[in-house]
Amino acid sequence: MKLHEYQAKELLASYGVPVPPGKIARTPEEAKAIANEYASLTVIKAQVHVGGRGKAGGVKLAKDGNDAFEKAQAILGMDIKGLTVKKVLVAKAVDIAKEYYCGLIHDRNVQSFTLMVSKEGGVDIEEVAATNPAAITRFAIDPIKGLRAFEARQIALDAGLEGNLNKIAAMMVGLWNACAGSDATLAEINPLVITTTGEVIAADAKIDIDDNAMYRHTDLEAFRETEAEHPLEVEAKAFGFSYVKLDGHIGVIGNGAGLVMTSLDVVSRVGGKAANFLDIGGGAKAEIVYNAVKLVCKDPDVKGILINIFGGITRADEVAKGVIRALEEGILNKPLAMRVAGTAVAEANELLKDKPINIYPTMMEAATAVVKEAAQ
Amino acid sequence: MSILINKNTKVLVQGITGREGAYHAEKMLEYGTQIVAGSTPGKGGQTLSLLGKTIPVYNSVSEAKAAHPDLDASIIFVPPPAAADATLEAAHAGIPLIVNIAEGMPVFDMMKVVKELKSLPNVRLIGGNCPGLITPGECKLGIMPASTFKAGRVGMISRSGTLTYEASAMLAAADIGCSTVVGIGGDPMIGTTFIDLLPMFNEDPNTDAVVMIGEIGGADEEQAAEWISKNMKKPVIAFISGRTAPKGKRMGHAGALIMGNVGTAESKLEAMAKANVPVADTMEDIIILTKKALGL
Repeated sequence: MKLHEYQAKELLASYGVPVPPGKIARTPEEAKAIANEYASLTVIKAQVHVGGRGKAGGVKLAKDGNDAFEKAQAILGMDIKGLTVKKVLVAKAVDIAKEYYCGLIHDRNVQSFTLMVSKEGGVDIEEVAATNPAAITRFAIDPIKGLRAFEARQIALDAGLEGNLNKIAAMMVGLWNACAGSDATLAEINPLVITTTGEVIAADAKIDIDDNAMYRHTDLEAFRETEAEHPLEVEAKAFGFSYVKLDGHIGVIGNGAGLVMTSLDVVSRVGGKAANFLDIGGGAKAEIVYNAVKLVCKDPDVKGILINIFGGITRADEVAKGVIRALEEGILNKPLAMRVAGTAVAEANELLKDKPINIYPTMMEAATAVVKEAAQ
Repeated sequence: MSILINKNTKVLVQGITGREGAYHAEKMLEYGTQIVAGSTPGKGGQTLSLLGKTIPVYNSVSEAKAAHPDLDASIIFVPPPAAADATLEAAHAGIPLIVNIAEGMPVFDMMKVVKELKSLPNVRLIGGNCPGLITPGECKLGIMPASTFKAGRVGMISRSGTLTYEASAMLAAADIGCSTVVGIGGDPMIGTTFIDLLPMFNEDPNTDAVVMIGEIGGADEEQAAEWISKNMKKPVIAFISGRTAPKGKRMGHAGALIMGNVGTAESKLEAMAKANVPVADTMEDIIILTKKALGL
């Protein structure tokens, strides 16, 4: 789960990381009131789950309440990479002397988290990594011991950061504590600002929480915003499917992540493009398959459907029953090509034999047929 | 005829009194796997009757190990939040081979397990989020459907469960069997990966070739390619799933995620080409390339 900047800062603050005062506004009037309250220069920042807000015009300085009203009016409702801005963070501006980068990223190569620190702050760290990798100091954290202050101080020195060493190290340790304490998979402060008066402050932050660990962070559940997700993805989650909306026109349903991924590849190979990834999971019953077909049929982008099942724990006849129910209820209203193999395939074929459903012996043949039909 | 497990492997089932544990324990017994004990905290002293066999249940893995010192392996059927603990319990009780099938373990849990296991070099963990492993005709230590596997001389290592079943079934249809098939799991952090298993197949006198099924995400395939180019004496056939998946989207498996420029299919295909490992473009090609490698 991705957190908004203001949520990430709230979380960091609860671990003792200094952040600039800020509040959320959903209307220009609210923005004005907050700016008036701070009676200082403020930054109006779009809260959307995409990078590059600044470049898109989603971050603006406001000199007073009236200016904050105007800037918030310009940003609210703005479309940034397909997402509509529904709220802005109105934060007290900080007097920047230095801008640094400090981030924790789950790094499978070191089987832990890598702490990355750089003097090149306030910019896209991936760009720095690509153009000037030497500007980033890296440190693999022991997942059991965590990040200790003496290690953080050494990294700050190695990276050449200037400023109060103890405060900088405390911020890094605070970031680690927030990351480990909330099961984040990514936690970054960018920029980590040294102010003109020597304070160390997290001027922007980004945190992603591990969905698998949400069961032990029920407090963070309040941060979830289903409106930010694709409506079909929200519905799929309720059914327990692993579903990803894609930008093609062939709906793909299968069992097992690897098999579904391979099905997407095969659709591309024969000249089509998948509209979604949908894994019904292991041991799916007819009801689940029926719901999967129903969901995919709801997507207006879908011009044809490929169902690719290799029965292991999942029984092919259960899949057939689900598809037949969708067909008989008139829900299945798009061309379908199906391939079933493995456990209970004979029973499945028996159920499907008199039905107007096209069955193919291989996923390649099924994909070819549905891509051709969808093009018509 | 195998690596890691064979007809003599003595197995403990952790979580044997649960629905999944009991179901799969029975399926494994049916296949011929020697299940000698089970464990469930608080259910010690009970027995379970499976296929006419009486299986004793212990409160802990160490109790089970004390009663059955010849235990070689454990397979874990507990919910994801308890899986890390169950894995460490088995490791500290001295079980040399642990299979963890749980899907949905928190990253932090697995990170700590992997770190702690480094201090226990005699313990090998397979998974999580995997179907387990099978030496066809001898031992099934997992949840895979038995019928798709045929005994033979091809080793297989795969990040995907269903593709493992599919590839094995296609090989079997072409009359090619497998020595051992290992599903290593689809999570970003796993106990055993390609480079841990390739050396074992390389030394196994009963394996003639290895099929490795990789996918987008991480750099395990790249590391494997490098190892193969330097050390592998036997032919390897690779398959990479998710070639058309977009960046930044998790494709079902937690580990199937391209982050920035890391984990792309292009990088994996390039590494394989550099190591002279033939890559199958389709599942059908796996069979064609395997036949070619075996001189069939």
